[in-house]
Amino acid sequence: MRAKNYFVGAAFALLASGMAHSALAEDIKIGEINSYSLLPAFTEPYRKGWQLAVEEINAAGGINGKKLIVVSKDDGGKPADAQTAANELVSSEGVAMLTGTFLSNIGLAVSDFANQKKVFFLAAEPLTDAITWSKGNKYTFRLRPSNYMQAAMLVEAASKLPAKRWATIAPNYEYGQSAVAVFKKLMSEKRPDIQWVDEQWPPQGKIDAGPVVQAVAAANPEAILNVTFGADLVKLVREGNTRGLFKGREVVSFLTGEPEYLDPLKEETPEGWIVTGYPWYSIKTPEHDAFLKAYQARYNDYPRLGSIVGYQTIKSAAAILAKANSTDPEKLITAAEGLSMPSPLGEITFRKIDHQSTLGAYVGKTALKDGKGVMVDSSYKKGADYLPSDSEVEKLRPKD
Amino acid sequence: MAFYVVQFLTGLASAASLFLVASGLSIIFGVTRIVNFAHGAFYMIGAYIAFTLTERLSGTFGFWGGIVIAALAVAVIGVIVEMVLLRRIYHAPELFQLLATFGLTLMVEDLVVLIWGPDDLVGRRAPGFKGAIDFFGQNIPSYDLFLIVLSPVVLGILWLLFQRTRWGVLVRAATQDRDMVAALGVNQKWLFTSVFAVGVFLAALGGALQIPRDAVHHAMDLRIIVEVFVVVVIGGLGSIIGAFVAAVLVSELNAFGILIFPKISIILVFLVMAAVLIVRPWGLFGKPEAPARKTPGLTVNPWRPLTSNERLAALAALVIAATLPLFAGNYALTVGSEIAISVIFAVSLHFLMSVGGLASFGHAAYFGLGAYGVAFLAKMAGLPMIVCLLLGPLLGCMGAAVFGFFAVQLSGVYFAMLTLAFAQIVWSIAFQWVSVTGGDNGILGVWPASWAASPSHFYWLSLGVAALVTIALRAMVFSPFGYALRATRDSLLRSEAVGINAKSIQWTAFVIAGTTAGIGGALFAYLKGSVFPDNLGISLSVDALVMVLLGGVETVSGAVIGAIVYKALNIWLVSQTDLSKLVLGGFIVLIVVVFPKGIVGMLEMLAQRRRKASPPGSPLLAKPIESAE
Repeated sequence: MRAKNYFVGAAFALLASGMAHSALAEDIKIGEINSYSLLPAFTEPYRKGWQLAVEEINAAGGINGKKLIVVSKDDGGKPADAQTAANELVSSEGVAMLTGTFLSNIGLAVSDFANQKKVFFLAAEPLTDAITWSKGNKYTFRLRPSNYMQAAMLVEAASKLPAKRWATIAPNYEYGQSAVAVFKKLMSEKRPDIQWVDEQWPPQGKIDAGPVVQAVAAANPEAILNVTFGADLVKLVREGNTRGLFKGREVVSFLTGEPEYLDPLKEETPEGWIVTGYPWYSIKTPEHDAFLKAYQARYNDYPRLGSIVGYQTIKSAAAILAKANSTDPEKLITAAEGLSMPSPLGEITFRKIDHQSTLGAYVGKTALKDGKGVMVDSSYKKGADYLPSDSEVEKLRPKD
Repeated sequence: MAFYVVQFLTGLASAASLFLVASGLSIIFGVTRIVNFAHGAFYMIGAYIAFTLTERLSGTFGFWGGIVIAALAVAVIGVIVEMVLLRRIYHAPELFQLLATFGLTLMVEDLVVLIWGPDDLVGRRAPGFKGAIDFFGQNIPSYDLFLIVLSPVVLGILWLLFQRTRWGVLVRAATQDRDMVAALGVNQKWLFTSVFAVGVFLAALGGALQIPRDAVHHAMDLRIIVEVFVVVVIGGLGSIIGAFVAAVLVSELNAFGILIFPKISIILVFLVMAAVLIVRPWGLFGKPEAPARKTPGLTVNPWRPLTSNERLAALAALVIAATLPLFAGNYALTVGSEIAISVIFAVSLHFLMSVGGLASFGHAAYFGLGAYGVAFLAKMAGLPMIVCLLLGPLLGCMGAAVFGFFAVQLSGVYFAMLTLAFAQIVWSIAFQWVSVTGGDNGILGVWPASWAASPSHFYWLSLGVAALVTIALRAMVFSPFGYALRATRDSLLRSEAVGINAKSIQWTAFVIAGTTAGIGGALFAYLKGSVFPDNLGISLSVDALVMVLLGGVETVSGAVIGAIVYKALNIWLVSQTDLSKLVLGGFIVLIVVVFPKGIVGMLEMLAQRRRKASPPGSPLLAKPIESAE
């Protein structure tokens, strides 16, 4: 038993030595957490994006003259580990705010931590509506367009389709479930004549695509809503192409236009799907041109959506810190509420009412060009236009 | 009607991929008794190498040649792993090889990202099998038909290999009785190596053949490994035909199950396994295992309670640990609490594994149930923290009582897999029952009451509970109950002959271990302020196994050290490096080679040697090291 405590001592000595290095008083530190080891396909471009932002901010003189430092931690895809990381960042690194996270449950775990410890948290990527609405709290803000907003953008296009018989395929976890639920609700409001003829819920990351495709085809829908992404999407598309599932059917699909998920499909890219995404090759605005040029010059690679999210997360954090001119969480909240700022996709505002940013997304159609998947006929949908009315939001969000 | 035929064929194609990988695992386990956690990793490397080769080599020959070369290359890697790593630890305690292969798996997951990059890779379609065949208006991919034909062919080849060659005879003999084969003068070393190579070849082939229908990515291994284990166990360990039938059974049930219950896939294989094991304790085609001839390892170094000096030393160490809040910051204290909770969790499993000889692969279920118990009581009933902490673990207790009753009817790996099945069933309930458990978004806002909220108070609470639990379980080891439990572990037949009701003793031990794990889970809920299905998940169960094995499964409380080392290292590495899995995996592999009895087991062995070597007059010299358990 005695040896046990030698180990305790050694472990803590190790930890303590890791904490010894402290930043200079005039630096501002931001703590960043993401699922680097679990989801490298998204988080690598994301990391490049925020690193570019940090370099730009410091080259331009930092935040009110203070140097910006981002301390980044991996959560391994586990909410409990994300909290350990958050705790380290707040307690021993002394960061001014927390940012990042990808998975919805991790975003919620960190948001709850932020609420409990009274720390400012800017969620980058988690899409769940709960983070700003049903489980929203005053310390948490979110950058990316939520599930609801993306569903509303897709419904706008989908409701114009003649199809009446719809089937859904979505990963069996909260993201898939709420995406389907919101889509169905908004769609049925606009088109009461629609029938939902089949739903498939493959486990996330473990789709057995053949039987799923057959089952959907057997219900003979006129249109399909897809929410799967990543490796599941690849399997679904391959089986669907071979078995002719998509022939003569409209498909509406969440996230598929993002380079992270579209590019791996290469020549198997299905054509004509209505998708949300990020067609970096066809965005012709000065703000995006500037970002694209800087990104390509820095990394000799093209940006993914993750790059935009990482870049804008740190840019937003810096803008909030600069306006507050303080690291006090209450002052940061006051500064962030209603704050507008430029982004590569146009101006965005962090809404006071629910702390959601008005960053939008591109909606377009998939096409095949030179053996690669691209988005065509795409147009930018401003986030502000796809949120429910203020009175509805107030009902959704608990009072602080 | 055509639809059902096509759905059946589709199910067969899914079964084919499962079978290839499962057959390899089954062969390896049957002969070497290694629970090869790295089998999924070999499957994944097979896919990655095949991707590279099929992209480089052109034409039909290039594609199929690439697949075969990839599988052969991975088989060579397997041989190297077997010769360099596994050969050293065949005589280590049961399941210790699991630790080695787990370390390898961690390393491979980081290595493939380093070598092939983070993006999902989509390979070529198979030349000649790109399209589909029309069957009364339904399309069947021709590649599916290829797989459907391939798997019985592989089954046939394996059957011939085992029934018609001398090598096969030896393999079958070794599957039945390894010791007898060795006694008859067969060179076990090469037999094991060759079997391992064949098994790995099949895994890699299974992975390579996924190229035309799947994306190649760094999480492929975990996606398949558990399912493959399940298939092997349903079929009966070591039975190739069993693996084939089980793969078909599981795949067909899934293909038709989703037509009625679209959400069934997430849990189906585990439901089938639980049902099969309850009815047929050795799987569909398995045979009851002959009573094992125990190696004398456990009796060489008989367990004994601590001497009074050692008790004082342990107490002093505990006091030192309790002074941590005087000099450490909040983060270190929170990590300290997390480590203390890991100790509770690990000693609870250790009690079941070391004292009871029952290795559970699903111990996280009871930890998580304790956490959910607390969350329900705190959020729904609004009870104060102290009441929640006392009552929350009862959910773990109840879970253990129900599942333990069925599980202790089995033994060995079948016991382990049934506990895994139960854990997955509990996990899927927590995951799916969104209205009560919040699904994967979990239950938030379970924060401690003000008296325990500060990190130092919570640390003292966790440390105190961990110490009490460790002491209580140790006391139990040396109580009449503990002796009875150890009797059932060492010889079931003899213990029953002297009048011990083995099943009821084991069941009691299971409930004790489950409740203790629940206590850890209850504290964990308050430490994190939230509860997620992760708290019941496979990876947490694996963590517990690793902690116990690392500490030393033949020791009285080695899990304490195992938990501290593993947890502290894990947290520290994740915080310090992006390649934490590579480093942690490497560390585990190193420990396995250097300390084949676990850290504490090795220290005890050294102490023993030193005691024998030292002259009888100086027992004091040996004491300090001896106490290191």
